Amino acid sequence: MAQMNMIQALNSAMDIKLGQDPSVVVLGEDVGYFGGVFRVTDGLQRKYGESRVMDTPIAEGGIIAAAIGMAVNGLRPVAEIQFADYIYPGFDQIVSELARIRYRSAGDFTAPVTVRTPCGGGIRGGQTHSQSPEAFFAHVAGLKVVMPSNPYDAKGLLIAAIEDDDPVIYFEPKRIYNGPFDGNPNKPAVPWSTHPKGAVPDGHFTVPIGKAEITRAGSDLTVVTYGTMVHVADAAARSLGLDAEIVDVRTMVPLDTDTICNSVARTGRCVVVHEATRFAGFGAELSATIQENCFWNLMAPILRVAGWDTPYPHAFEWEYFPGEARVAKALKAVMEAS
Amino acid sequence: MVAKSRLHVPKTPARPGDAPDFGYLKLSPAGKVARPDVGSAATEIRYLSEELVRVLDEEHRAVGPWHPHLDASELQVALRHMLLTRVFDDRMQRIQRSGKISFYMRSLGEEAVSVATAMALKPSDMLFPSYRNQGIYVVRGRPILDLMCQLLSNTRDMCKGRQLPVMYHWRDGNIFSISGNLATQFPQAVGWAMAAAIKGQDDIAVSWIGEGSSAEADFHHALLFASVYKAPVILCVVNNQWAISTFQGHAGGERQTFAARGPGYGVAGIRVDGNDFLAVHAVTQWAAERARTGRGPTLIEHVTYRAAAHSTSDDPARYRPKDDYQGFPLGDPVERLKNHLIGLGEWSEERHKSLTAELEEHVVKSWKEAVSYGTLTEPPRLDPGLMFEDVFKETPPHLRRQAAEMRAEIEGK
Repeated sequence: MAQMNMIQALNSAMDIKLGQDPSVVVLGEDVGYFGGVFRVTDGLQRKYGESRVMDTPIAEGGIIAAAIGMAVNGLRPVAEIQFADYIYPGFDQIVSELARIRYRSAGDFTAPVTVRTPCGGGIRGGQTHSQSPEAFFAHVAGLKVVMPSNPYDAKGLLIAAIEDDDPVIYFEPKRIYNGPFDGNPNKPAVPWSTHPKGAVPDGHFTVPIGKAEITRAGSDLTVVTYGTMVHVADAAARSLGLDAEIVDVRTMVPLDTDTICNSVARTGRCVVVHEATRFAGFGAELSATIQENCFWNLMAPILRVAGWDTPYPHAFEWEYFPGEARVAKALKAVMEAS
Repeated sequence: MVAKSRLHVPKTPARPGDAPDFGYLKLSPAGKVARPDVGSAATEIRYLSEELVRVLDEEHRAVGPWHPHLDASELQVALRHMLLTRVFDDRMQRIQRSGKISFYMRSLGEEAVSVATAMALKPSDMLFPSYRNQGIYVVRGRPILDLMCQLLSNTRDMCKGRQLPVMYHWRDGNIFSISGNLATQFPQAVGWAMAAAIKGQDDIAVSWIGEGSSAEADFHHALLFASVYKAPVILCVVNNQWAISTFQGHAGGERQTFAARGPGYGVAGIRVDGNDFLAVHAVTQWAAERARTGRGPTLIEHVTYRAAAHSTSDDPARYRPKDDYQGFPLGDPVERLKNHLIGLGEWSEERHKSLTAELEEHVVKSWKEAVSYGTLTEPPRLDPGLMFEDVFKETPPHLRRQAAEMRAEIEGK
């Protein structure tokens, strides 16, 4: 076991796979010599060479398309899109191509590509460096969609994604790259070394794609969330002294409906929390699924806490961000209903 | 008067009621364009992207430095491939009209583009086609029966009923799945070629798009990545003059040739007479040798003409002269190769007639067998449960639930 932050954990995952499997390659803007703008690929080009860890032109559509072609020729590319906000030029290649190559060729061709991309706000990134576009991808048949909330899961899920024979869109909540974040930007930063999930095995291990995790057991209510908001929800529950159960979704597709619904059936109350905008967000899918499965166990309506339905604003970041107060308000409302 | 900016709208040379007008096409006499060393730098051979490489002259003789000197037997095989493609297309068009298949796209007039390119490559080279390249299947030996089963979405459909007609694929024949979205295969072919270079493979990738879809960003990505990484790839723009109803001027063909896009990226560009089998074969061989020997990618513009409608859902009489193709100065690829072979004393009108009859019989016989495996509307039918397979390698729980729901719905439960 080593202490790692998320950046180190992700780096370790790629290091291990590059070392184990000659078909693994890494490509993206600034990922090579420089090691990525968030340093996630630091040192990998030095270790594995320029033809396995490749700097690319600034062309997300080209990066995804090239990765698809490489995958069809037997490689396992890990493509980095520098910010999730930049992924849209590659959207057509992801949605119309990557997601459907297995399907349209009846399994004769496959494209095991992992697309890594930092997402989410809280870093003063404004409307072009803060988005959480996971719902777009969760809506597409043929893509697996993953978002870890801690270093341990980050490494295990990334190794699982690279080893997966299907394409995986891998979102990295960049606000928690260096430490867990409870939603209060005025508090001193907390490093991952203070958190149990900052302890990460040095070697190979996987966290299964398609499995949610109960990160905090409780009986008063269930908070269903993922990414940075796992930590914000935890802080909100503590501040209210609630015995909340927190389910970290971890994988949006395929969704672990059983873990989520078993928890809600037990507690009878549920709040769904994410950073992304609320309207038609992934929380709508979660709420609907929980309602369909747990209606007769529910003692209160399911509430959603999310970013406001505006572009992500620069100057009003902390009024926009669904912080502890907004989450706590929903938890209280759900506890007080009926 | 002070000059003012005015929106320029590219002119279409001829619309219904007009006489065909191909005065805009810049032609070079057969045999007149020099053949440079395959190692030449892209910027030193810009003339190749502006001239037109032609081998067959007006008298159907093969002339000049690009003459590939193929055996007569090989040319006879080529003629057979092109003719089979045409006979197959023609029959499928008529069958679509009868309602047995939902949709079809002919490659009439463009047969040499696919057949000559595929014949100039190794079978292990990877092809990323568009939807008007059926000739590559014929060259690589996929029985037309299998193509028909795909068109019918029947029980032997290689796509298991998931794709529109014509969107074939063939893993063992090294032919990638046709998307149906335009131009996406172009940069994918480059990625495949990059992987070939990374792995030290001797194989190259080849892709085709229309001049119309060269307007997509994917075209730029393909050329850029091919250039940056010197990928062993041949990128073909099939300039058949028409993107459904839109003349090639709207894709940027008015200012300069499509081949000239290549040198702008540092990629060799060649403009070739796409209806001249020998010329297409020769430039493909040149580009393939260039790619295989580490000299990098080539962009080939095939100047041809879409003699048929865009698809069975299209009526070209509404946007171009009915006799437009008759005025096209580069003629018909099948006729030209046929006349060349006759000139060599290696073919005759009689042999051509009997070959056509033989191929027609083969197509009719294949069709009879194909429909015995079902049609879109007649049994036997594919199991609709197949729609839930291959979304992922392993079917996840939500899809298993939906498959069961669908089954119950069908059974009226």
